[in-house]
Amino acid sequence: MLEIKNLHAGIDGNEILKGINLTVKKGEIHAIMGPNGSGKSTLAKVLAGHPAYEVTKGEVIYQGKNLLEMAPDERAREGVFMAFQYPIEVPGVSNAQFLRLAYNEKRKHLSEEELDPLEFKDLLKERAKVVEMDASFMTRSVNEGFSGGEKKRNEILQMAVLEPRLAVLDETDSGLDIDALRIVAGGVNQLHNSENAIILVTHYQRLLNYIVPDYVHVLAGGHIVKEGGKELALELEQKGYDWLKTAEPETTGAGAQVR
Amino acid sequence: MSTVEILGKQEYKYGFVTDIESDVIPRGLSEDTIRLIVEKKNEPDWMLEFRLKAYRHWLTMTEPKNWPNISYPEIDYQDVIYYSAPKLKPTKASLDEVDPELLRTFEKLGIPLTEQKQLAGVAVDAVFDSVSVATTYKEKLKKHGVIFCSFTEAIRDYPDLIKKYLGSVVPTNDNFFAALNSAVFSDGSFCFIPKGVRCPMELSTYFRINNSESGQFERTLIVAEEGSYVSYLEGCTAPKFDKNQLHAAVVELVALDDAQIKYSTVQNWYAGDEEGVGGIYNFVTKRGKCAGRNSKISWTQVETGSAITWKYPSCILQGDNSIGEFYSVALTNHAQQADTGTKMIHLGKNTRSTIISKGIAAGKSNNSYRGLVKVMPKAENARNYTQCDSMLIGSNSGANTFPYIEVMNNTSSVEHEASTSKISEEQLFYLQQRGISQEDAVSLIINGFCKDVFLQLPMEFAVEAQRLLGMKLEGSVG
Repeated sequence: MLEIKNLHAGIDGNEILKGINLTVKKGEIHAIMGPNGSGKSTLAKVLAGHPAYEVTKGEVIYQGKNLLEMAPDERAREGVFMAFQYPIEVPGVSNAQFLRLAYNEKRKHLSEEELDPLEFKDLLKERAKVVEMDASFMTRSVNEGFSGGEKKRNEILQMAVLEPRLAVLDETDSGLDIDALRIVAGGVNQLHNSENAIILVTHYQRLLNYIVPDYVHVLAGGHIVKEGGKELALELEQKGYDWLKTAEPETTGAGAQVR
Repeated sequence: MSTVEILGKQEYKYGFVTDIESDVIPRGLSEDTIRLIVEKKNEPDWMLEFRLKAYRHWLTMTEPKNWPNISYPEIDYQDVIYYSAPKLKPTKASLDEVDPELLRTFEKLGIPLTEQKQLAGVAVDAVFDSVSVATTYKEKLKKHGVIFCSFTEAIRDYPDLIKKYLGSVVPTNDNFFAALNSAVFSDGSFCFIPKGVRCPMELSTYFRINNSESGQFERTLIVAEEGSYVSYLEGCTAPKFDKNQLHAAVVELVALDDAQIKYSTVQNWYAGDEEGVGGIYNFVTKRGKCAGRNSKISWTQVETGSAITWKYPSCILQGDNSIGEFYSVALTNHAQQADTGTKMIHLGKNTRSTIISKGIAAGKSNNSYRGLVKVMPKAENARNYTQCDSMLIGSNSGANTFPYIEVMNNTSSVEHEASTSKISEEQLFYLQQRGISQEDAVSLIINGFCKDVFLQLPMEFAVEAQRLLGMKLEGSVG
C-alpha cells in the first residue's frame, strides 16, 4: 500500500528526515517511535503533504501512485488520513457541517452521490459511537472549546467518518488521561481491518498496550535506527532511547517541534 | 513559501459599462449647479432652500481627513459631475416605457425589472447614476398603504411627509459628506409604512453607477409608523474605471412607537484593481432614529467593495425600551481601505444595543472598526454589548479597532469584547487534510467567522453574501 524509499525532507532548509525506508502493507499496524526531535511528526506531516515541509530526495509510492505529487486534499480524497497532534479550531463551523463537507468531497471523488444533511446526520450518529461521542459535539464548532481528550476523540471520529485506507496517527495518545486513551484506542481498533493500514506515531509505549502493532520502527536523528516486532516497544520502555542515540551522533534534528 | 497569500484573481463581474446617452450637466459645484439640478428635477422652492442651506454649510466645512484611518489623494469637488441621467427619461407610468438598454443592464446585474421576470417577494427601486429608473410592485404595495417610490416622486407626491422627515435624523450640517449630499442629491428611495402595517414584501433598492465622471449622491428615507415592520435591502455595483468615483449617500430611518426597521446592505462597488487604481470612494452617512417607545432598528451590512469605505450606520435610541443593532462584515482585499463601524446613542430608559463587527483584511488592505457607544444621563439601565473580531489573511494586511465609550449614567452597562485572528496555514492544511479544497477551506473559515452576522440577513441575501465572500477571496497558498 505504501512504500517510502530513501526519503529526505526538512523545513526551512534544515534536513530532518535523512533517508527513511518503510513499507506498509494493507492490514498492518506500524508504530513509529523515537525521542523528541527525531523526525516522527515530520514523517507524518510529509505523508499528509504539509506545505511547510520540503522533500529533497526519495519517493513515496501510495497505491501505485506518486504520493508526493498530490496536493494535501487530493491525498485525503485518495484515502490518506492524518490524526493531528494538535487539532485545529474552526470557529463558527459546526462539526457536522465540516464532516459532511469532507465526507461529500470524498463521495464526489469516488463518483458516489452526496449525502444531504439528514442522511448524513444518521451516518454521523452511527459513527460517533466508535468514540462514544454524543450529539452535542456535532453542533459545536470544530474543536472550539473542546478539551484535549475531546479533540483527540474528534480526530478519531473524523477517521471513522472518512474511512481512510491509510491512517497516520500523530501522537494521538499525548495529553490523554487513561479513560480517554482507552476510548481513543478502542475506536482505532474498531476501525482497523484487513483492508486498511495504520501508522502510529508515538513517544510512549503505553498506547501500544491498547493498539498492538505488527511492527515497531525507532526513529532517531532522521534515520530509522532499529526495527522489530511489538516487543521492541517494551524494550524501549525499559531502556529509554539513549542507548540508541549513541549509535547515531547527530540526533538533535532541529525543527521537529514545529507546530 | 510559508505564508498564506490570497491572490483574489476572480474578475469583478459587474464591471461592464452600459452604452446609453445621458443628460449630463457640466462638472463643478456652485449655487448655480444646485439651481440647475432643482430645475432639471422640477423641484419646489422648499427643496431649493434645503439644498442651498446645506451647500452654504458645506462651504464652511472641511473634509474629515484626519481622524479616519484612510488615505487618498485630494478630491477636486469642482471636477465632479453632479447630475447624470439616462436620456429619454422614462415617465415611469409603466415599466414598458423604461429604456430597454436599462432593463438589460439591471437584468445582467441579476435584478430583472420587467413584469414577467420580477423577483418574487421583493420590490425593487432601480437607481441608475442620478435617477431612479423603475420601481416594481408599487401598486401591490399601495394596496397595503405602503409607499415605495423614487425620491423624486416622493417630493412631488408626498411633500408633507418629506418636509417632516427629510433631514430629521441626519441634519444638513451633520458632516462634510452629508452636507454635500443634502446639497446635490439627485434621487434615491422613499419608503413609508403606515401604522400597524407589516410590509408584505422585502423592499429593495439597487444602486448602479455607470458614468465614469459623475458622483452618485442618493438619499434614502424610511419611515415606519407605530407598530409597523419593514425589511429593506440595498445592493450596489459599478463598472470598472481606472478613475475613482465619489459616492456620498445619506440614509435616514425613523421608527415610531413599537415599529421595527431591518436594513440590510450588500455593498459590492467596484474596489479598484490589485494596485489600488480606480474604484469607488464610498463616503456614506446612515443613521436611524428609534423615535418611539419599544422601537427597533437593525443594520446589517456586508461590505466587500469600494476602494475606500467610510461609513458608520448608527442608531439614536430616543424612545424608552428601544433597541439598536449593528451587524457588520467588512472585507477588504488588495489595496482597499475601510474605516467602518457604528454609533449607538442611548437617550431613553432601558435602551439596548448590540454591535457585532467582523473585519476581514487580505492582500495589503487596511480594515478598521470604529465605534461609539454613548450613554446619556437619562438613559437609565441602558445596555450595550459589543463584539469586534478581526481576521487577517496573509501578512501584509492590517486590522484596527477604535472603540469609543462614553457613559454618563451609572445604572447602565457596557460590554466590549475584541479579538484578532489569522487564517493560518495550519488551519487550511487541517481542512485540506480532510479532503476539502483550499478555496473551499478559505470560504468555510470565513463563513464560520461571519456566521453571527449572516444569520441576521434575509436568506437569499445570506446565500449571496457567502458566495460573494468566497469569490472575493478566491486564491491560493503561494
